[in-house]
Amino acid sequence: MRTLYNHLKTLFPLGELTEQRSNLAFVTLPAEHLRPALTHLRDHEGYTHLVLLTAVDWLEDEQFQLTYLLSNRTKACDLGLRILIVRPAEGMATMQSIHDLWPTAATYQRELREMFGIEFPGSPRLEEDFILEGWIDKPPYRRDFDTKKFAEESFTNRPGRETHDPEQTMKQQLYADGK
Amino acid sequence: MKPELKKRVVKGPDGLEFEVEPLHDYYCEAPPAVHPPAYAKIVEDFLNWARAESLWVLGFGTGCGAIEMRPLMTPRFDAYRYGVQWRPTPRQANLFIVSGYLSVKTLKRAIRSYEQMQNPKYVIGLGSCTINGGMYWDSYNTIKCLDDYLPVDLYIAGCMPRPEALLAGFEELKKAIRAGKAEGANKYAEEFDWYKANQKKVIHDWDMPDYNW
Repeated sequence: MRTLYNHLKTLFPLGELTEQRSNLAFVTLPAEHLRPALTHLRDHEGYTHLVLLTAVDWLEDEQFQLTYLLSNRTKACDLGLRILIVRPAEGMATMQSIHDLWPTAATYQRELREMFGIEFPGSPRLEEDFILEGWIDKPPYRRDFDTKKFAEESFTNRPGRETHDPEQTMKQQLYADGK
Repeated sequence: MKPELKKRVVKGPDGLEFEVEPLHDYYCEAPPAVHPPAYAKIVEDFLNWARAESLWVLGFGTGCGAIEMRPLMTPRFDAYRYGVQWRPTPRQANLFIVSGYLSVKTLKRAIRSYEQMQNPKYVIGLGSCTINGGMYWDSYNTIKCLDDYLPVDLYIAGCMPRPEALLAGFEELKKAIRAGKAEGANKYAEEFDWYKANQKKVIHDWDMPDYNW
């Protein structure tokens, strides 16, 4: 992994390498170098499989982190590319689409558009509903979306439901005498 | 509204062009009507006995509870002993088991399936998710009170209820049907507007006819 990183570093402005295991590592990359890096990894380094494409909402930093996890089947080795993009407070974030490199990416991009509000211009069937139908609020996986408040406002509660704090309940049950 | 439900002009195989209005042409626009009881009580009691002894379940696994229905069908629990059997389509069934949580998206399908079933029909809510949301009580996409949207005759509590609980539930439902108390379909017809208003409150892209007959 380290040799690959040193080689890639001569080609792209990479960030620090985070090695999770001997066969799994993550590296940060500026967004404009994503496509050449992916193409290079796919065509020359044997990372032919896009395992997943997912996002993390860094609300406080006003950033979305996109993770492109690639797998080298012959070496049984995974490499994740982390891209940080601007997260607008309102409206959609934008990122370039990679559906022409891996057709499966189009599905992930549809999901990200619906759940995080990240636009991938040119990606096929992007406008169609993916999981949600008729969603009217802000994308539900954004961290400033208040799930509990939305659920309480949208769906009627049946009265009589009690919620117990697990910590207090177990304390009461196990150590009722206060010891 | 889906494009295939919009009013449009189509060209037939013989070259003739004609206008199609799917909601008007393909679906019944009449709301459901209350099914009156038979002319004599003894006849109605007989009919109710017959209904109770042939519960045909719509095999629509809406949530994780559907996993409990497979052992129920197969020899270990063998619900067929009690006159309960599974049917593949709504039109052949008269018992709709909502087996777990319903997301808004599934609720849409559940309503369509329920409305396609023949009268008299019954609904069982299975598991705590249908009763008060269960573990999905704070989910952004899951309804918490099934009887706001469909007329539930019986709830079986548990997460998930075991097949034995389901068998006991079937027996309870049979008692209710024999006593003439399982009038969910009539209740749905009587309070149709209330049910539709509740359904439309959560389903924001209502793209089907109001009554899917």
